[in-house]
Amino acid sequence: MSANANWTNPQLDIDRIIDDRRTRIIVCCGSGGVGKTTTAAAIGLRAAERGRQVCVLTVDPARRLAQSMGLSSLDNTPRLVEGIDDEAGGSLHAMMLDMKRTFDEIVEAHSDPARAAQILANPFYQSLSSSFSGTQEYMAMEKLGQLRRSDEWDLIVVDTPPSRSALDFLDAPERLGRFLDGRLIRLLTSPVKAGRPFGRMLNAGFSMMTGAMTKVLGAQVLRDAQTFITAFDTMFGGFRERAEATYKLLQAPGTSFLVVATPQPDALREASYFVERLAEERMPLAGLLLNRVHSAGSCRLSAARSQAAAETLETMSPNGPVAAALSGDYSVTVQTATAAALRLHASRMNLGERERRVAGSFMSTHPAVPVVEVPALPEDVHDLAGLRRVGESFAVQG
Amino acid sequence: MTARDTDWDGVRLHVVTGKGGTGKTTVAAALALALAHAGRKVLLIEAEGRQGIARLFDRPPLPYEERKIAIGPGEADDGRDPGGDVYALAIDPEGALLDYLQMFYNMRGIGNALTKLGMVDFATTIAPGLSDVLITGKATEATRRKQPGSPSGFAYDAVVLDAPPTGRVGRFLNVSAEVSGLAKVGPVRSHADSVANVIKSPQTAVHFVCTLEEMPVQETLDGIAELRSIEGMQVGGIMINMAPPAVLSRQALKDLPEAAAMAEALTAAGLHSTEELAEELAEELSGHARHVELAERERTELEAAGQPLYELPLIIEGIDLAALHRLAAELRDQGAA
Repeated sequence: MSANANWTNPQLDIDRIIDDRRTRIIVCCGSGGVGKTTTAAAIGLRAAERGRQVCVLTVDPARRLAQSMGLSSLDNTPRLVEGIDDEAGGSLHAMMLDMKRTFDEIVEAHSDPARAAQILANPFYQSLSSSFSGTQEYMAMEKLGQLRRSDEWDLIVVDTPPSRSALDFLDAPERLGRFLDGRLIRLLTSPVKAGRPFGRMLNAGFSMMTGAMTKVLGAQVLRDAQTFITAFDTMFGGFRERAEATYKLLQAPGTSFLVVATPQPDALREASYFVERLAEERMPLAGLLLNRVHSAGSCRLSAARSQAAAETLETMSPNGPVAAALSGDYSVTVQTATAAALRLHASRMNLGERERRVAGSFMSTHPAVPVVEVPALPEDVHDLAGLRRVGESFAVQG
Repeated sequence: MTARDTDWDGVRLHVVTGKGGTGKTTVAAALALALAHAGRKVLLIEAEGRQGIARLFDRPPLPYEERKIAIGPGEADDGRDPGGDVYALAIDPEGALLDYLQMFYNMRGIGNALTKLGMVDFATTIAPGLSDVLITGKATEATRRKQPGSPSGFAYDAVVLDAPPTGRVGRFLNVSAEVSGLAKVGPVRSHADSVANVIKSPQTAVHFVCTLEEMPVQETLDGIAELRSIEGMQVGGIMINMAPPAVLSRQALKDLPEAAAMAEALTAAGLHSTEELAEELAEELSGHARHVELAERERTELEAAGQPLYELPLIIEGIDLAALHRLAAELRDQGAA
């Protein structure tokens, strides 16, 4: 690809990754709004049509994209996507994550019915399980672990939640662990366990602390939190184990992380951070998918010459000698339209130039990271045919 | 032109949200600049700890401290408008918690101890609603803060909050509902209620940043519907960002010339191998026409929401301070500030 001329990063070959039967999980990550969900769906479809048994797990309820895959409801169960080309023997399932449902199921699986009911009714649990920050990351990884363990699919493609930091999901298991081991938890649970709220171990420091917390949060909030944590206490161990198992799964050789970014400074900064972070965590990085690139196309006319030609056309008198050379009554319209086309071309070339510059700084920082460029599409994807076209653009050209 | 009507006179807290990738932080910064005129003092708050504001203004990372970062433009042609000041603050839940303890209980030391104990993990892990209350609490505190001697009597004439993305903004702003499940009485509850009194009042407006593409438009419409369902919440304007340039009239785009005719014009303009070039340019132009048509369709969808629309151009060179000023001027010219 001509746009790659400025750097020497290897070409990312997505087909090779999805054709490799050892690839069992592909995680699409990146900052919000870069096209992770569409990318995950397009990879899933392409892999299925090349013979894999695929499940796409999405967390982003983008309605039209979901509809394009025949998913209308958030039911937390993989559904068969109809209408794919199954000649190669593949199949495609897709599901949307229902965070609260997933959490409820874990609670139910890890405690007896009476205790489960107590937890599910607790206001702290309800806030925790239905809020968007933190829990979603954890539940997405939990669901991924479940799907993988079920072994019903030989490839799972997952997009990560649109969190404020695209890396939150890597931290979720550790954060949960840190929280559960935290001194605050012990502080909150021990008085209840001792049967005397705020009693017993009241040395001066602790009494000051609980006093302050009561003052800030209110006694009732503190009581609810204590009840919740005490009820939850029995299943904490199970939680941590699962979190650690999922984390290990992400490090396994069958997993491929695909970082998605648009050629914008913010998105590439996140991508850069992600690439470094994945290396630190020893997570297997497949490469960078540079999405929505405005390529120069086959047209070689430079921005400067295009701009100059547009100016020449615009300054020509409609009755001048050059205009007379143009045929028919349309001359002015043709002149205006051609000048507009030239200006458009110039700004397109400038945009492409800027994108290459922005991408270039990522490439020179990470020269070994394989990269594939995907051109900008004029329209959002609505159907399988659209997803298929996106998938075709992943194919290595030339 | 120091006193003129804008669409949001009377609004003191401008909340800016938008889908990821639409340029929410850029537009929030441009709005703050646009509001900072005629000696006004504006506070720009970042709620998500990404230091996007510092980068936009080309500054080192912002601490938890209100700091002057830019000077708003004066009206060049009349000279009587001295411009204004933009201050910035990057809020994190931890800083907001310490602030809260200091402000209401005068106990920063205990706050520090609580932080060490994992109080912040507590807030964000087990009750994310609490951390939203702390952040919106700081924004409303700055909005209400009095300063004797200033022309308006307030410390800031306007506060612009770069809020979480559209998908989360309803929960983020609907603090009293979020906390009411957790705390039916008590200090957190009354704090949430006082925050809600500012947010659900005519002095607050929630603006949506959007690009003319299907998914961002759909999210914007969903977000507007969600906010309208919360009593007292005022939906603000829709800032269309990165709009496609208008190189030709809509009519002209519907009636594009043949490539052969364009080739003649290109020859006339002194270019070579014009036939091939004309084919390519004609293709680009018709692609653009299609893009504009789709964008028009999305704009019609947004118009149906019945909120004021503002349009900001795509700045090809990228966003720097000059670009922010250009966007701010657009917002002022269109009456958003």
